[in-house]
Amino acid sequence: MKLLKTLMTGAALVVGLGGVAQAEDKTKVGFVYVGPVGDFGWSYEHNEGRKAVEEAFGDKVETMYVESVPEGADSERVMTQMALDGADLIFTTSFGYMDPTINVAKKFPNVKFEHATGYKQADNVSTYSARFYEGRSVIGHIAGHMTESNTIGYIASFPIPEVIRGINSAYIAAQKVNPDVKLKIVWVYTWFDPAKEADAATALIEQGADIIMQHTDSPAAMTIAEEKGIYAFGQASDMKQFGPKARLSSIIDDWAPYYITRTQAVMDGTWSSTATWDGIKEGMVAIGDFSNDIPADVQASAKALKDALSSGATHSFTGPINKQDGSAWLAAGETADDGTLAGMNFYVEGVEGEVPN
Amino acid sequence: MIRLEPRPDPSNIMIGLTPIFAVIATMIFGGMLFVFLGKNPVDAIRMIFWDPVFGEHAFYYRGQILVKAAPLIMIALGLSFGFRAGIWNIGAEGQFIMGAVIGGATGLALYPLDSFLVFPLMIVMGSIGGLLWALIPAYLKIKFNANEILVSLMLVYVAFNFLIGMVTGPLRNPDGFNFPESRSFQDFPSAHNPELWAGTGIHWGVLTTLGMVIFAYIAITRHIFGFNVRLAGQAPRAAKFAGVDPNKMIAICLGISGALAGMAGLFELTGPAGKLTTTFPVGYGFTAIIVAFLGRLHPIGILFAGLLLAITYVGGDIIQSQLSLPKASIQVFQGMLLFFLLAVDILVNFKIRIGKGISK
Repeated sequence: MKLLKTLMTGAALVVGLGGVAQAEDKTKVGFVYVGPVGDFGWSYEHNEGRKAVEEAFGDKVETMYVESVPEGADSERVMTQMALDGADLIFTTSFGYMDPTINVAKKFPNVKFEHATGYKQADNVSTYSARFYEGRSVIGHIAGHMTESNTIGYIASFPIPEVIRGINSAYIAAQKVNPDVKLKIVWVYTWFDPAKEADAATALIEQGADIIMQHTDSPAAMTIAEEKGIYAFGQASDMKQFGPKARLSSIIDDWAPYYITRTQAVMDGTWSSTATWDGIKEGMVAIGDFSNDIPADVQASAKALKDALSSGATHSFTGPINKQDGSAWLAAGETADDGTLAGMNFYVEGVEGEVPN
Repeated sequence: MIRLEPRPDPSNIMIGLTPIFAVIATMIFGGMLFVFLGKNPVDAIRMIFWDPVFGEHAFYYRGQILVKAAPLIMIALGLSFGFRAGIWNIGAEGQFIMGAVIGGATGLALYPLDSFLVFPLMIVMGSIGGLLWALIPAYLKIKFNANEILVSLMLVYVAFNFLIGMVTGPLRNPDGFNFPESRSFQDFPSAHNPELWAGTGIHWGVLTTLGMVIFAYIAITRHIFGFNVRLAGQAPRAAKFAGVDPNKMIAICLGISGALAGMAGLFELTGPAGKLTTTFPVGYGFTAIIVAFLGRLHPIGILFAGLLLAITYVGGDIIQSQLSLPKASIQVFQGMLLFFLLAVDILVNFKIRIGKGISK
């Protein structure tokens, strides 16, 4: 009997559980994080965005989140659980949640989903990401001026377009102000592993890097930089508290405005499936305060670059730029189109090493 | 001085009851943990243990418990043979990865062939992948007496890097914008391991696991192989006299555990995970070691242990989102379970003596 009941309710799941939501008049918003909210980087900033939603709407919203959710089957379960618990809108904040988000969205047509950094949309699935590479231009510019060993260390996570774009953007900006600059890249194959990130930072310093950039989520590299008396940049969040002397500036992800807008859209019933890629202009990418160690003229030129990126007067990828193998990519004055940037899998000329393959 | 003194005749009833005592102790001390975190302990415990099985949305969670438990049980069954014989395969995670990579690569090489033979072939290749990976420590142990604990563990990291190499290179989805992922098996019907009955979570791996439990039960209790395994573990010298070749035992035990871990990896890949990615391994191979011991190295015990651990995973996610608890608190809770099991175990098998006197 029990088995029969299980199977029948199981069938109900497929037939259309979308109707389960909306039991209360509060709008329920769920967040799925890939790292711990205490990573002080990526997941931390998404959680700040969640708090901003709570603050903006007060009693009218209820938020829930689950942290450190592995990509794959576990994330699918967590999303389904949120939908069953009545979520109206669910933000899934890591690239690896792409297929799980699409799968769960199919089962809950009335729940809206927002997937960060992916490329698959559906009627109830939007995608959103930030043009972090604009921030990389600014910190690359500063690093190019500030390095004395002409070696910038770069802790890279996975060889995906997002990360390769960041490497290229930082290099182009640094090389523009310092033709002798070199990038040393270490691939750690994780988004969040403080021990590995710290090891990578140490290895880079031993190879002569006097400035560290990172595309990983923890402030481990910042603490190493502080210890060794070199410079680093905050990634995803400001990270000042981890390297008061080491931190030159930071790229800060500010998801709050987007999260508030999208939540409002669900409340108003005006939500529709969109693909958002916002940058410095819209405020999704912010540049942290400049350290006093940066000379005034460099501060001024970095700020000018930031303003130009914001106004659209300049683009991080403006030709002439060749690919690493010397073949032409962008002609003089030409800027990269979003399609190429979204699938970027090559280094630009001057970056050493190979994209892991 | 506090000393532990072996009980000459530990009670069989108590040995059977230890997991239950451990669960009760975990509920009590875990409840205290939740109180310190400012939550209602009764709610929290109910959400972890009751809601996934009997709660409002249990119709969904029950299936998910099976999805989560199946690979744990399958791997733990394989490990239990070796553990009984005193052969310590700690690298099931690596064999799990290799099974998924080799079996998955076999399927991807045949894309988009439409044949009912693709999936069975992948299962076989996945098992072979895990088997061969586990035979490396077996060979090194037999030939050079290399410690299989270290070798099998180290090979996990080799397997992980092999996986990264494959998904950033040969197995990368040609239509996937250069992201380090294989094609999705969802889009390749003859290689897909689907949910067999919608909403139940049951896939081929779950059914195979159930079959394996029965198979392992017969092997360990009714078959000469099971007897030899137990003999080799409890009395190695006697086993030798009885004609049990220790080298053969090493190869067979590591081979079985590797093949089962590889098969579990293949089922996980083609079903719940859906595709090969760099984040494919989530630690089933390590957690299965806990399941094997929690289940007393007995097939039926492992079945229940796997289900119990799966419930705490599913329930752990529920309390995280419902009560806004940090993930670490769930991990502490799960850690308590193992700790209390071992603690109760000791109290059943040993007496605690305080002072210097030797009791007779």
